[in-house]
Amino acid sequence: MDFFKHDLAAIHTQLVNGDLRTSDLVRDTLAGIHATDADLAAFISVNDDAVAAAEAQDAAGIKADAPLAGIPIGIKDNIVTKGLTTTAASKMLANFTPIFDATVVEKLHAAGAITVGKLNMDEFAMGSSTENSAFHPTKNAWDHSRVPGGSSGGSAAAVAAGEIPVALGSDTGGSIRQPAAFNGIVGMKPTYGRVSRWGLIAFASSLDVIGTLTRTVRDSATVLNVIAGHDDRDATSATEPVPDFTAKIGDSIKGMRIALPEEYLGEGVDPKVTERIQAAATQLRALGATVETVSLPHTKYAVPSYYIIASSEASSNLQRFDGIRYGFRAKDVKNLDDVYVRSRSEGFGPEVKRRIMLGTFSLSAGFYDAYFKKAAQVRTLIAQDFAKVFADYDLVMGPTTPTPAFKLGERVSDPVTMYMNDILTIAVNLAGLPAISVPAGFVDGLPVGLQLIGPQFAEPTIYQAAAAFEAANDYVAQIPGGAR
Amino acid sequence: MNFETTIGLEVHVELKTHSKMFSPAPVSYGAEPNTQTNVIDWGFPGVLPSINKGAYSYGLMVALALHADITRQTHFDRKNYFYPDNPKAYQITQNEQPLATNGWIEVETDNGKKRIGIAELHIEEDAGKNQHDPDGYSYVDLNRQGTPLIEIVSKPDIETPEEAYQYLEQLRQIVQFTGASDVKMEEGSMRVDTNLSVRPYGQADFGTKTEIKNLNSFNHVRDGLAYEQKRQIQTLMAGGIIQQETRRWDVDKKETILMRVKEGADDYRYFPEPDLPPVTVDDAWIQEVQAALPENPAQRRARYVNEWGIPAYDAGVLTLTLEMANFFEETVAGGADPKLASNWLMGEVSGYLNAEHLELKDTKLTPAHLSKMIQLIEDGTISSKIAKKVFQQIIANDTDPEEWVRAKGMVQESDPAVLTPIITAILDANQQSIDDFHNGKDRAVGFLVGQIMKQTHGQANPKVVNQILMSEIKKR
Repeated sequence: MDFFKHDLAAIHTQLVNGDLRTSDLVRDTLAGIHATDADLAAFISVNDDAVAAAEAQDAAGIKADAPLAGIPIGIKDNIVTKGLTTTAASKMLANFTPIFDATVVEKLHAAGAITVGKLNMDEFAMGSSTENSAFHPTKNAWDHSRVPGGSSGGSAAAVAAGEIPVALGSDTGGSIRQPAAFNGIVGMKPTYGRVSRWGLIAFASSLDVIGTLTRTVRDSATVLNVIAGHDDRDATSATEPVPDFTAKIGDSIKGMRIALPEEYLGEGVDPKVTERIQAAATQLRALGATVETVSLPHTKYAVPSYYIIASSEASSNLQRFDGIRYGFRAKDVKNLDDVYVRSRSEGFGPEVKRRIMLGTFSLSAGFYDAYFKKAAQVRTLIAQDFAKVFADYDLVMGPTTPTPAFKLGERVSDPVTMYMNDILTIAVNLAGLPAISVPAGFVDGLPVGLQLIGPQFAEPTIYQAAAAFEAANDYVAQIPGGAR
Repeated sequence: MNFETTIGLEVHVELKTHSKMFSPAPVSYGAEPNTQTNVIDWGFPGVLPSINKGAYSYGLMVALALHADITRQTHFDRKNYFYPDNPKAYQITQNEQPLATNGWIEVETDNGKKRIGIAELHIEEDAGKNQHDPDGYSYVDLNRQGTPLIEIVSKPDIETPEEAYQYLEQLRQIVQFTGASDVKMEEGSMRVDTNLSVRPYGQADFGTKTEIKNLNSFNHVRDGLAYEQKRQIQTLMAGGIIQQETRRWDVDKKETILMRVKEGADDYRYFPEPDLPPVTVDDAWIQEVQAALPENPAQRRARYVNEWGIPAYDAGVLTLTLEMANFFEETVAGGADPKLASNWLMGEVSGYLNAEHLELKDTKLTPAHLSKMIQLIEDGTISSKIAKKVFQQIIANDTDPEEWVRAKGMVQESDPAVLTPIITAILDANQQSIDDFHNGKDRAVGFLVGQIMKQTHGQANPKVVNQILMSEIKKR
């Protein structure tokens, strides 16, 4: 199956018609992964047992009202899968096999989707290049000398390289949108609480959201239809009703009011990226939308606030990896402190340790008020910035990243430059808003993304605008030359 | 120099819920290790907590019973520390905004009634248990992990070990009567941490306090505090200083022993729990809890005295434990006279429990059986003397008292038609006694009754025998 040519609806039609058997689709997909991934390295583990599940579906047949039935999917390796090793790309969990499925996995499997593997990422989702994986880096689908972005780099590269049609990722500070932009695909980070976090290995609980990486906007909405909704097991999941996310796809965006914050095209953003976004604004206007410049004045505080809040929560969330009950335990330990200190020193990579240190410091007595509490206050101001803009506008637009994908190894030793790469995506997480990255053309042959941000639960409007923009361009038809 | 003492008590009370504070795993005491757990209790990667609203309601119930102010808008916090019995390496608790503040308990002192303030009550999850075995391994049992717990913190109002004892007695009783907890020290559903400091009279600042652990009963609390009070005063009088430290009560040596010196405060890096939404307690919720709040011990005592004419002292004894009070009320509800029921519970039943070192629930006695037995006495079916035998039977065996006395032929003979011929025959055979009676020798009656009882194998109703005998003897 050529996933570059067939979207989910097309595959679904073939499966329903009987032109394609699920087992053949899955066998073909697994073979493709084994061939492509030798170089791309998007997967941490491949589920060859998926064929058995597919054969069961052959027998049962594919129903017309089950758009994901028989569809092979990839799952980011920080989302737990019953019986399938789930590592969070950490030595700490290298041999960890969960005994339950995440809610999203349960829902996808109930809808008939078939998990073909677990995707590479930055360790515990901490990073922007997937170079922090304890196992191996993943390559950018367009240029194998470049990073795929992160932390959902494996998910993005696998979809962009045509290995799989759909992947799940998680987005704490841009971890879906940034790799989607770097790989020229669609990455959706839903509203905080829209999708259950039950089964997502927590990085920063108040920011983490599970979302989709797909080739098209419609595919994204089709998958979100399945995974969204309240879950009693996640007390922070929203009770908001779940609409049909595909409903407004194809609707005109005439009259839609779109804000372009001046801060999003300012210092640090590659002028060639700015050029692509201004071109996008021109296109959106041509489609009938208004695009006006606004200000989100607290944007510059987003990165420091984020690194304090996210690291503080992470320092607490990652304490459970203590070598006692599961996961890695250091050898030849002498006593309890030894179990803790050595297991964690040997089990975690440098970026994870850096953030645990940062978070532990920010929460310490005497520093809490100046760091964590102050960051929480700034977070409120950032949310208010957006609220003010959304009083007058339907969406906010901007680039997803300040630059296209950078070279592998280029920023590994420079964490601050690496952190600044997330400047355009982080504020969205702090405010809990939905946002999408859609392909917006190329800079020096590398894809860049247009980010569309909406008010809480405005995913249908985001999909409407993103689909209109997608239809006005031929970026979907452009595929990476180096992938196959 | 004279010193004044300040005592602080932190009491942990486990709430009697079916499931845990933040997971649907069952709460039960004494089960096989790690059988009452799920992935949440184990802190598996990817799990999330959910608030057990019923547990929170129980917390509100205890807060209302202690006259505390309910916090309307609150949230949970994480308390971070590493320990094997703490699987997430943080405890979900309430640090910034406790469930309730500013309650009180009234105790009796030598100078009359005294109110002891409660600074705050907060709700949290209990930890598991570590067990260090002689085989060199340590074992972790997570059954207790996540059990809902409230911590009740006293204000620095307690001035003597005896007041501390009274406070704990009252607290235990009040909480027990809400039904929110078993409050059993021996099962760990009530746990007490204490601290004590002394300072010269008139000194504004508190002295340095020491904490005492391993206090497994209220008596130990009183004894440990008394020892510590004396030790601190003697240390200061001898020119020494008190350092902030944790001490352990040694039951055998009857002294507190240094465990560790505290160097600065522990840093638990508290911050708001991001996995749980804030908790809003509205009027409707409080009213719902208020409506479900059972009578407190004082209300029950008043009802016993006013409605059933039970003496105040007896009412006090009957309400010492919820179990006894409920047993009493069920016995009365079964049809027994309240005063007789009270007398039996305070007399024979308490005597039996004391002698056998048992609690009511450890016996086979049921309120229904006790009630029936008392009614058998009331209607003359059995004598008080027989009743004592019946009682021994029904407290040791699950036996219906009525069936048992009938089967054993212990039913009292009260029928005059049966008793009169026997009595007249005995009178016929004892002319001397009749003469003695008429000559004013009352002892003669005792002899005759003895004869009648002998003839009837002790089953004649003494009251009826007396009536018939007197009327018959006067005819002669």
